[in-house]
Amino acid sequence: MNAHDAILELDNLTLGYDRHPAVHHLRCSIAPGALVAIVGPNGAGKSTLFKALTGELPPLQGRFRVHAGKGGIAYLPQQSELDRSFPVSVFDMVSMGLWREIGAFRGLSRSQAERVRAALAAVGLSGFEARQIGTLSGGQLQRARFARMMLQDANLLLLDEPFNAIDARTIEDLIALILQWHTEGRTILAVLHDLTLVRRHFPECLLLARECLGFGPTDEILTPERLATARRLAGEFDATAPVCHRPEAEAA
Amino acid sequence: MIAETLFGPFADFEFMRRALAGCLALALGATPVGVFLLLRRMSLMGDAMAHAILPGAALGYLAFGLSLGAMTVGGIIAGIVVALAAGLVARSSILKEDASLAAFYLLSIATGVMIVSLRGRNLDLLHVLFGSVLALDDPSLLLISAITTATLVALALLYRPLVLECFDAAFLRGVSAASPIAHYGFLVLVVLNLVAGFHALGTLMAVGIMILPSAAARLWVKRLPAMLGLAVLIAFASGIGGLLASFHADVPAGPAIILAAGIVYLLSLILAPGGMLGARLNRRPHLES
Repeated sequence: MNAHDAILELDNLTLGYDRHPAVHHLRCSIAPGALVAIVGPNGAGKSTLFKALTGELPPLQGRFRVHAGKGGIAYLPQQSELDRSFPVSVFDMVSMGLWREIGAFRGLSRSQAERVRAALAAVGLSGFEARQIGTLSGGQLQRARFARMMLQDANLLLLDEPFNAIDARTIEDLIALILQWHTEGRTILAVLHDLTLVRRHFPECLLLARECLGFGPTDEILTPERLATARRLAGEFDATAPVCHRPEAEAA
Repeated sequence: MIAETLFGPFADFEFMRRALAGCLALALGATPVGVFLLLRRMSLMGDAMAHAILPGAALGYLAFGLSLGAMTVGGIIAGIVVALAAGLVARSSILKEDASLAAFYLLSIATGVMIVSLRGRNLDLLHVLFGSVLALDDPSLLLISAITTATLVALALLYRPLVLECFDAAFLRGVSAASPIAHYGFLVLVVLNLVAGFHALGTLMAVGIMILPSAAARLWVKRLPAMLGLAVLIAFASGIGGLLASFHADVPAGPAIILAAGIVYLLSLILAPGGMLGARLNRRPHLES
């Protein structure tokens, strides 16, 4: 693939905290419309990668380019970052997915309100409009967050462990949504731990353990040998590690 | 008789009418800010910042005496400096924000009291610590009203980003650059309103008119707009009640107002649907699904 066609291009990207890399010299190009699972043990740098892509964490070295077009990026962080005790209704929360259209000041037009209701119906939350987000179960809240993401209408979707502590029925519904987004031509990157799920639904896979251990068709990447390597690498931490001198130009 | 008790003081005395106007302005401006402080779990931070205003106001006092302008500017600068410094310390050291705020406010209050006593009389110190809602002159009243007006305009403009910043800051950062505007704009509003409250109620009590009505309202209603409205009502009612108590019982007005708000809070804590007894008293049969 020509790198110029890529929607997301990581070029020798190194990310980390306190000079210790959490993602080390990562290179890859994601094609538009790709459905990619990012797999790796805890501490492999998966969430760190998303933080960099959304601009929250500046790279230690290297760069990345996003060509997501007008739709931009939509990012679904892990659930814990949302304060569920705040008094806000499900409808209001989901309608914030229209931020790009309504901004900080405009109200919802009738058709926009209709789209919010349609999004709620699509995730199976019809009738929950007036409920406070604090009364939702974990699965219902995740459905609401998916509805909000749907309204963002983004070209590049980043999902960080979207199925943590979610029951099988909800996962099934949400996977169906992801596959539908995939057929609409959106590019999707999802951090996942359930390898069965990855093998069944995700054509491509990025195996990460600080280093990139492989990127390509899922069957070729998720081999027992590579997974074992990933487990071994992620456990390593050397507080006195020397400075990394890997040359910028090194081939991926 | 009852009418005379309730309305007489305000009809007969101008200082009571001024105090009433001051309370109304504070209820309209400071209390909504307090609702957001409460919902962002920053109640104690508001308290700390209220204390942080003291040395700034005291420096203004040291230089110019009981001058409204000098003490206001000093208070605003000191409040903003401490708010930013606490955030900076939290980001660049291993201390969490609450620890660094506590450290700053202890330093601030000690410095402030020290500065006031360098020059002043005990009466002035009392004025700074507990305010003078019964002695609001025109400039003070204008200042409080101006801050309230600015606060209401700013809250109207910031409302949506601020709500998002409160419950899902990560999402707001993803869709908009408004997150720092909401965060720092809100901190500025907190400082401004604390300074407004400081003139009427003093540094120690200013935060009370922000937090107590908000906490009481949170116990009664579930929706944010309702909570904002109810908190304003409670704050204003506490203002009236406190002023009347102060007039008839000859007690200090500032603490009386905060105590009135405190009584509403304690009653709400017991009786309101979100309170301790309320949830039990108000039990209705559960639904089928």
